[in-house]
This record gives sequence, structure tokens and C-alpha cells, in this order.
Amino acid sequence: MSEIGYMLTDPLMQRALVAALLVGVSAPVVGTYLVQRRLALLGDGIGHVALTGVALGWLVGAALGLVPDDVLAIPGAVVAAVVGSVLIEVVRRRGRTSGDLALAIMFYGGIAGGVLIIGIAGGSSGNLMAYLFGSISTVTSTDLILTVVLCALILLVGVGLRPALFSVSHDEEFAISSGLPVWALNMAVAVLAALTVTVAMRVVGLLLVSALMIVPVAIGQLVTHSFRRTMAVGSVIGVVVCVVGLSITYWYPVSPGSLIVVLAIAVYAVVAGLHPLLARRRPARDPHPDIPDDVEVGTTSEAGECER
Amino acid sequence: MTSPVIDARDVHVRLGASHVLRGVDLRVDAGEVVALLGANGSGKSTLVRTVVGVLTPSQGSVSMLGHPLGNGVPWHRIGYVPQRVSAAAGVPSTAAEVVASGLLHGRRLALPRGWRSRAREALDQVGLADRADDATSQLSGGQQQRVLIARALVREPEVLVLDEPVAGVDRPSQEAFAATMTRLIGSGLTVLVVLHELGELAGLVTRAVVLRHGKVVHDGAPPRPHGGHDATGHEHVHPHTSELPVQAPEVGLTDGPLGTGSTEVGS
Repeated sequence: MSEIGYMLTDPLMQRALVAALLVGVSAPVVGTYLVQRRLALLGDGIGHVALTGVALGWLVGAALGLVPDDVLAIPGAVVAAVVGSVLIEVVRRRGRTSGDLALAIMFYGGIAGGVLIIGIAGGSSGNLMAYLFGSISTVTSTDLILTVVLCALILLVGVGLRPALFSVSHDEEFAISSGLPVWALNMAVAVLAALTVTVAMRVVGLLLVSALMIVPVAIGQLVTHSFRRTMAVGSVIGVVVCVVGLSITYWYPVSPGSLIVVLAIAVYAVVAGLHPLLARRRPARDPHPDIPDDVEVGTTSEAGECER
Repeated sequence: MTSPVIDARDVHVRLGASHVLRGVDLRVDAGEVVALLGANGSGKSTLVRTVVGVLTPSQGSVSMLGHPLGNGVPWHRIGYVPQRVSAAAGVPSTAAEVVASGLLHGRRLALPRGWRSRAREALDQVGLADRADDATSQLSGGQQQRVLIARALVREPEVLVLDEPVAGVDRPSQEAFAATMTRLIGSGLTVLVVLHELGELAGLVTRAVVLRHGKVVHDGAPPRPHGGHDATGHEHVHPHTSELPVQAPEVGLTDGPLGTGSTEVGS
């Protein structure tokens, strides 16, 4: 017990836990919309582009002689991620290039651009490792403030505008016919996804960011029928795996980001395995409506006896 | 005296390289129930999607309730029922959640108070009140169609635009739908409905517009459909295949044009 007390009084751990908690809540909120739109891999595409942003931030920082030279890495990632996700949305709207082709090009361009630019900035691809796989133990107070602000924004828009964002994600055509600002709402989802990626980058790393957005939602939709509850369950699972995963790394020296994602997938496997067993215990009910149909079937006692 | 509810003038719509609508005029006045008929691909769906603002005409103009399409249109007075969308969206959603999205319009982006009971009332109108909390993906195709109708009704529209609302819906549900429509039309609803056949709605339709190759070829009284087997007073004046035992198999075996042996055209 006192071990947990030590962990909670460690300022480094405190900051990391707060960051993990916030990311755990917000990533599945945005992930719910991405899954609804069948854009589960969008987070990955944005993550790759954000890597180029990190390198660009580094390059600008080095050129300006800032100390430390990666001070602009996160702002760079935010800008690149927003630009990348808005571009994807524009491509999706135009419908000329299919969404998955555009995503694939983002994947390759993002990684290649990042490695190329970090070299020009005088670094090595090793400098990018912290961003690729997360570095939650190095969260500074400034980082934490940025995380709090961005997560608050994500939750405010993602939860506050849920009915409207659900409407455009569910049936865009109906949303247009309702006069909803569909373009702005689509852009809101794209920007939310970009912000989530950059926030979650510190916790699980760019390569695993999407897992935190998608896997908790996948668990949520196994256990509920409703959009709202899928989002809620996703957020709870997100918080649990982030906090538990991070806490375990206080005692065992493993990569927190990887552990969190493995935990989430383990929860998914357990729930997916148990779900059919639990569902079977509920009494089966007759889904057929009790209404007359227009099919004439012999229901006389004679017909009944023939069947026996 | 009053301006028309729907007023489309010389509407041309191009989708990619195809010129789908070629100068369509459509005027619907308050209280009318207009059926839009025509073969597959004649442009019926394109016309209603243009009328509700989903598609932009390349030429011509559309106004709804006296306002040209755009932000000025009072969208909350218009209900649109699209052709059934695939329910297999990524995340499950309950029937009540889908219906509640019909309460949002224009700049209203949050659900009003009491949205739950309103959604349930709308579902009740289509006979699905007891399925409000079920996932839409668990409903049958016809039931999903009725959820979409409830989504349009929940905002208590003055104008209802429906795209094949009864396609693939069984006869009792069609009758229930017709009963609901009768009640709503009685209270002054204006309707534009795309149909393949008038069916259960025949008694309600006040006017029919027939499209062919993207143009209006008939605008007036509902046309008498070719009497099928189900039409009252239908007389069998042609021989049935059962009476032609020798010819029947030939249809599939010879190289002669298919269909010469068939007896039911337009039924």
C-alpha cells in the first residue's frame, strides 16, 4: 500500500498519471466518431503526419537557436496533424481519391518526411523514438498544461456536440437535409482527431496513438447497443488501461505506451470471449412483432396434426 | 395565393459525367400529396435529393417554403426520409438515438429537453415504441425503414419528402404506414413521395408526376397502373404458362428471344 503512496507523491509520476487519465478519457470519445465513420485508421495516418510535424518543429527550433532544440516539436506536431486531417477530410469530400489511398499516402509521406527532416535539422532518427513510442515519464509542467487545455477542448466539443456529430457521422445526407452545418461538423471531427493524436503522442507514442482511440470503442460496442453508452464505456476502459498500465511501469521497467495498448487489447479479447457466454445466460426473447401478415398458412387443427 | 411549398424550376443535375435531370419543373402546393413515379434510373431520387439540398443543381432553381435552397430555408418544417441506408454503421446506435437526430436542424445542434419522450412518440407513430432502446442493426429492413420515417416525423414537419418509403416493406406495415400518413395528411401535411407503385397510398395521392429520362412526362391525375393480378376487377384474358405445357420449357432451351412466352408484363 505504501508503495502506491510513494508512487502518488512522486511529482514525475503525478504529472504522468494526470496526463494518462486525461488521454484515457478523451481518446475514445473521438475514436467513437472515427469508428462510426469507418475511419478507424485515420488516427494512424494523422500520427504519421504528426511525425513530420515533430521534425519540422525541431528544424525550426534548431534554426532559431532555441534551447532545448525540440521545444517546437509538439506545436509542430499539432500544426501538421491538423493540416493532415483537414486534407484527408477534403479528399474524402471530393471523393476523387478513395479514402484509404489518401491514408496510405499519408502514412508513407509522414514517416519519410519526418526522418528526412530530422536529418536536415542535425538530429538522427533516434531523436524521433520518444515521439514514436511515447515518453510519458518526461512530461513537464508545460506539457501538462497543454494536455489539460487540449483534452478539455476535445471533451467539450466531442461530448457537447455529440448529437450533431452523431447525426453527420450516422447519415450525412439526412444531416444536410436538416440544414446542419455539415462541413463545419466534419471539420470539427477532423480537428478533434488531430488534437487527440498530438495529446496522446506523449502517452503511447505516434505509432500506437490510434489504438487508444479505437480499441476501447471496440470493447464498448461489444457490450452495449447505444452510441452514447459505447462512448461512455470506451472512456472508462481508456482511463482504466492508461492508469493501470502506467502504474505497472512504476515497478516494472517496460514501455508504458506498449503496455497500455497490450492491456487494452487483452481486455478486448477477454470481453469478446466472455460476451457470448454472458449473452447466452439471458433468456432468449421473441423479436417477432405480433402483427398479422398477408401469407395464408393453414392453421387448422388438421394441419397441426399433420406436422406432428 | 400562397407561395408553393416546393418550387423547382428548370432543374438540371449532373452527377459526374451523367446528366441526370434535364430541365425538371416541379411545383407542390400546401396540402398536396404528390407521388413521383418512374422507372429505375429515371431521376426520381435525384430530384428529391436536390429538393432537400443534398445535391446542387447545375442549372435552374429550387425553393422550399418560399426560400431558395440554403441557410434561409426553415429546415425544421421539412422532414426527409432517404432511401434506406445500410444500418451497418461502425458503432451501434439505438432506434431512439437515430430518431432523436431528427430533432436537430439548422443551428440547433443540441437536443431539446424531453427528446427521449419525443423520440418515443415518433417511434410510436410507426409502431416501434417498444423497440426504442434496441440497436437499429437488430431491426429488420422494414423496421429500419420505419425508424427513418420516425426520424423525419419527430420534428413535426409541415412537408414530408420520402424516397421509396415502402420499398421492401410488407403489406401490413404498408397499411400501418398509410394509416399514419392519412392522419398526418388530414392535419395538413404536404407530401412529396417517390414510389414504384401507388399501392396502399393510392387513395391518398392527389397528383402524380412521372419522370422518364430525367424529364417530366406526366403531371396530373394519378395514372391508372396496369392492372396486375392484385388489382380489383383484373380479368385473365391471356393464357397462363400452366395452360401451355409444351411451350413453357422451350423458353429456356431455344435461342429465341426470351420473354416471348412470358405472359405477365407490367404486373
